[in-house]
Amino acid sequence: MRLTLAGVSVDIDGSPIISDIDLVAEPGEFVALIGPNGSGKSTLLRTIYRSLRPVTGVISLDGDDLWKIPARRAARHRAVVTQHGDVDGEFSVEEIVAMGRGPHKRLLDRESGTDRRIIRSCLERVDMVHTADRLFSTLSGGERQRVLVARALAQQAPLLILDEPTNHLDVRAQLGLLDLVRDLGLTLLAALHDLNHAAAYCDRVVVLHQGRVTSSGPPLDTLTPEFIETVFGVRAHIGPHPITGRPHIALASLPPWRPEGASSGEHTKG
Amino acid sequence: MAEAHEARSRGPHLISGPATGALLTALAVSLAVVCLLAVSIGSVTLPVAAVWRVIGAHLAGQDSPSALDDQIVWDIRTPRVLLAAVGGASLSVAGVVLQALVRNPLADPYILGVSSGGSLGAVLVASLGTGSLGGLGVSGGAFVTSLLTVFVVYLLAQRGGRLLDSRLVLVGVAVGYLCTAATSYVQLQINPTELQGMMFWLMGSVAGASWSDLGLPTAVIAICMTYLLFQARNLNALMAGDDAAAGMGVAVHRLRITLLIIGSLLTAAVVSVVGGVGFIGLMVPHTARFAVGADHRRLLPVSMLLGALFLVAVDLATRTVDRPNELPVGIVTTVLGVPFFLWLLRRRAGRGT
Repeated sequence: MRLTLAGVSVDIDGSPIISDIDLVAEPGEFVALIGPNGSGKSTLLRTIYRSLRPVTGVISLDGDDLWKIPARRAARHRAVVTQHGDVDGEFSVEEIVAMGRGPHKRLLDRESGTDRRIIRSCLERVDMVHTADRLFSTLSGGERQRVLVARALAQQAPLLILDEPTNHLDVRAQLGLLDLVRDLGLTLLAALHDLNHAAAYCDRVVVLHQGRVTSSGPPLDTLTPEFIETVFGVRAHIGPHPITGRPHIALASLPPWRPEGASSGEHTKG
Repeated sequence: MAEAHEARSRGPHLISGPATGALLTALAVSLAVVCLLAVSIGSVTLPVAAVWRVIGAHLAGQDSPSALDDQIVWDIRTPRVLLAAVGGASLSVAGVVLQALVRNPLADPYILGVSSGGSLGAVLVASLGTGSLGGLGVSGGAFVTSLLTVFVVYLLAQRGGRLLDSRLVLVGVAVGYLCTAATSYVQLQINPTELQGMMFWLMGSVAGASWSDLGLPTAVIAICMTYLLFQARNLNALMAGDDAAAGMGVAVHRLRITLLIIGSLLTAAVVSVVGGVGFIGLMVPHTARFAVGADHRRLLPVSMLLGALFLVAVDLATRTVDRPNELPVGIVTTVLGVPFFLWLLRRRAGRGT
């Protein structure tokens, strides 16, 4: 499924958060959305999962205007793993994944045998089938995130949106989750904080800075040390990863006395 | 692989799968039995057979065998018991709705100021006379002012038509305090004999219920419950957060505003007739969750029946423990409810993470 954003802008209480965003994710492509805090990554993603209506611009999935089709149909085309994965209440893991079947069900329908098989197979794909009968609230952060991916998979949507999916996960769970989603064979659009994750896993990065797309392209062509310094206000060095041998981005804060780069107020805050 | 799990394994809830149907049946049967007992027992205890004769005669459209039995059973006790059932059901369902709406397990039907607004309306009518407020009686006045209060809360809590849950709770609590203060002030102006009756109402009571009190709350719970059962799957999605629900195809803002209206209507329809019956809307949904989990497709019907059963039983207790005196039902629900609730919380903490 091909995702296209053309001229998308969002204002919140009159002040622009993102402006005039153009973005394309080709079928099967893994696109990373990167940028500093407050650059508008989450806002942009929210327009795609219909949590926030853009003021201008069109978002389309294979030519269908995402905001003009019914919400449930949109949810059969794209699924989302949100940043805050808390679910209130005593739901079992299976019940959480069953929520993802909602867009495929009429309002009073119960889960059919087919639904149950889909729920099982989604849990198997994230390697969490053994937890199906446990309470979601008793899982670890990494396990919960896997279950939430399974819930998104249960929507059987060809496009998967991920908003900082590795937040709050330990390193092993971070890499495990990224391995998992990369191998799903879906079109992926993920907001990522870790530049090395973007470099190692994604086909393309789109860089947001102050609400606008400043650059887009293959990770290592885009994320040059100079570019990283301009956008993120940190020093960067790219060299071979000592374990994998692949290019690795090493980062260090800018010395505060250096006159160029981002304004001094910004990195003392960080 | 999947076939090995095809036989449903036991989930984490006390009751799940087909056992839920058995639970609902058991609750419905218990409710019927307790209602029948409640109609039989009182200052005059009637044999169940006599009660049956009266009810049977009315249902068949015939004259009752005994005029006295008829008055006790059909005119006094039956509406009272049914009002307790409808009231308990409505407040419990309202609790489920509001807990989902503000995503706070401590929310109860009164958190949006519905009850304090209703009390204010009731005391205003009582002090100004029933001719005031456009000829509405105490119940009518309470119903109108409780809905007005929620409307004010909504206006103050929304931003651009969107409801933010933290704001909603804070505004609701603040407006509720204001109404309570105004209620106290008006009470000071009422003469003591009127105040006596007023206090009973403010503390919650189904005594003196008549058939005409039943219409509005019954219609409201029937309509709201139907809507809620259709929306149960979307309510589940809402528990995962507004963003996640939007991602699952739920029209979140429309749903949340509808839930606000439904929770308020359910509460106002009961409070305006029964007064402030405390704690049911908090305790019953939590007890139901403890049994069947958070899935609203099961939580809603279980809460509804459990709430009805609980309030009928408590009302029966209020008129039998200290005969011939009656306690306000609101006091007893709270006194019975709080220890049970605390016990439940402790058990849950032991069982949980």
